[in-house]
Amino acid sequence: MAAPVTAPSRDGGQDPIPGSARARAPRRTYKVGRGAVPYLLVLPALALELLIHLVPMVVGVVMSFKELTQFYIRNWGEAPWTGLSNYRVAVDFQAPIGEALLRSFGITCAFTVLAVGFSWLLGVTGAILMQDSFRGRAALRALFLTPYALPVYASVIIWAFMLQHDNGLVNHVLHDQLHLGSKPAFWLIGNNSFVSLVVVSVWRNWPFALLVLMAGMQNIPDELYEASAIDGAGVWQQIRHITMPSLRPINQVLVLVLFLWTFNDFNVPYVLFGQSAPPAGDLISIHIYQASFLTWNFGSGSAMSVLLLLFLLVVTTTYLGLTSRGRRRSA
Amino acid sequence: MRRTRIIAAIAAITTAAAALTACGGGTATGNGGNKNPKTLTYWASNQGKSLDDDKQKLTPELQKFTKQTGITVKLEVVPWTDLLNRILAATSSGQGPDVLNIGNTWSASLQATGGLLPFDDQAFAAIGGKDRFVPSALGSTGAPGKPPTAVPIYSLAYGLYYNKKLFKEAGIANPPTTWAELVADGKKLTTGGHYGLAVEGANNSENAHHAFVFAKQHGGDFFDASGNPTFTSPGAVAGVKQYIDFMANDKITAPGDAEYAQNQSVQDFAKGKAAMLLWQAAGVQLKERGMNPDDWGVTPVPVQSGAPGSGANIDTMVAGINIAIFKNSQNRDGALKFVKFMTSDDEQKILNGKYGSIPPVAAAQQDAQFSSPELTVLRQGLARSAAALPQVTKESQFEELVGTAMKDLFADAAAGRPVTAESVQKRLEKAQQQMGG
Repeated sequence: MAAPVTAPSRDGGQDPIPGSARARAPRRTYKVGRGAVPYLLVLPALALELLIHLVPMVVGVVMSFKELTQFYIRNWGEAPWTGLSNYRVAVDFQAPIGEALLRSFGITCAFTVLAVGFSWLLGVTGAILMQDSFRGRAALRALFLTPYALPVYASVIIWAFMLQHDNGLVNHVLHDQLHLGSKPAFWLIGNNSFVSLVVVSVWRNWPFALLVLMAGMQNIPDELYEASAIDGAGVWQQIRHITMPSLRPINQVLVLVLFLWTFNDFNVPYVLFGQSAPPAGDLISIHIYQASFLTWNFGSGSAMSVLLLLFLLVVTTTYLGLTSRGRRRSA
Repeated sequence: MRRTRIIAAIAAITTAAAALTACGGGTATGNGGNKNPKTLTYWASNQGKSLDDDKQKLTPELQKFTKQTGITVKLEVVPWTDLLNRILAATSSGQGPDVLNIGNTWSASLQATGGLLPFDDQAFAAIGGKDRFVPSALGSTGAPGKPPTAVPIYSLAYGLYYNKKLFKEAGIANPPTTWAELVADGKKLTTGGHYGLAVEGANNSENAHHAFVFAKQHGGDFFDASGNPTFTSPGAVAGVKQYIDFMANDKITAPGDAEYAQNQSVQDFAKGKAAMLLWQAAGVQLKERGMNPDDWGVTPVPVQSGAPGSGANIDTMVAGINIAIFKNSQNRDGALKFVKFMTSDDEQKILNGKYGSIPPVAAAQQDAQFSSPELTVLRQGLARSAAALPQVTKESQFEELVGTAMKDLFADAAAGRPVTAESVQKRLEKAQQQMGG
């Protein structure tokens, strides 16, 4: 999503524009400098980008410096400026609000590591197993992609039904049929809710990893495998020395995208748990939602969002810096 | 190349984070008027068994209004889970309905936003006068001393619903009148997959309503006189603990109830899985779920000792729905006409009859259909032993935070972890701290 995008080449502006632009030039009533053309072309996109992404973000940042509570939501302009006080409350980890935010942050990190890790592992295993063509591969591929193609709400609400304590399928299988545990477990409240979150998130995201990795493997030339086979390499050696290194750029982007999606995931916990998540499943996005919508303190919620944004920026730039440098060295 | 990649990636995160940062947008300006006198948008709350059911019940009445006034009403039934968020979004953007239903306990919170039209003397005159309404219902329409920003449309109260058949089988002659009796009966009724009492353990509002009444019965309150939270006062802690103890200590409530939030407790009662249920006007819902009207009875909610009354013998909140006008409405006169229509004697009889609730309009309450045994119990409760939830600006936050705290405590109880006065106090303290400043 992110990295394969290459910016339109800036050299384009210096090339003579194909066609008869120059020939017609004398007839034009006014001229646009040739250097301006590429900028004009990206202008609509830029304007929309500003409108759709940047303006709301700036509004969010401005909100984080205001005391935007129920008394002021009707007229934001009247809300008093509070300087950094929303931030101070959010990062004061000795006080309850900061402590809760830190706890939620820790849970989200653990959740993200597990969910991304398993999604990637399943994706890469599936992709390797399906690298060679066999009968029914297309059907299997379509089947595996189903969770990713389903609308989030519909698929997660089905999980919510399956995870119910009394009538859920999960307890029916685990407890009634396999007789695991002395009594049926709770999956939507209490500590197990963390497990439920990871399972549902992996179930939803691994097909994406599979899809991207399968596409990446198409580009690995068969000759490499053939040559290595002649040299006596086994399957594991092929995976280690051919498949994985060839997938490196793909993996770099895939892990980043999965990380961002998972870390920010709002839909899965919201549909599974409703407005108030159990403490063990208190992911940061739902925590911020609760801090702003349930307590009607939008300034505080915005401050937390801005902190989250900064954290994600730092992680991403560090990640890209490290992985790119590593690749340059190995190249 | 590397730089473009980083820039592209940064763009990707900003996109992702923008979704979080950008809740809402725009500033509400404009103060309403009568620019658009021919149409009204009405957000109804979900009173029936489904959104569609509400539409079917309301549409013929709205058509009557159109016939009388020539104003077309666009109806949207909003589920309870979304209603408060939708109202907040409408308030902050200035783009909302003309007329809307609100939970009556939110009245003071929404009044504080300034998004709703105050019913001053003039506005009350336009809808037929303040004295048409029952005083207890008017007590839950906003902070005292300020003009209310909503008027009552449906009144409700809690009653104890009990399964007559299961009571008979267990050899219990009369329904309980005190909590000690309820627990003793509940223990007799908890056998062979049946439980004594069903609760809606993961439903924040239900939890908070019970917390309020139980705290009152222990002489406690969740707010002091100046509107500051007192969640950890001994009465509040004792009240919450007593309610959680039905599952944690008395074991008359199924552990599975800890995750109920979609009226599964009504379903369990209707199917005989639980023998008792504390609910507001459940009659219509029980009928719709296939329970024979002869199989259940209703009696006042128990108290600690004695009979329901005032003070520590409060046994229900003043529950119900209010109707309000959005200040930015471009058809304010039409909106007032609509509120007048919905609170008229005739419509009150029809609407409350359809929903099984009690009309908050005194004249309509006299109608014979509201003298069924069920509604008589609830009506007497409202008149004799009901208290309005605190009319303070932070009321809706109280419902969410204390409700969530109780959901967590029920989760502890369901998992078999001990629930003690200490753990209840600690959890309520956390809820109070989340209220902020």
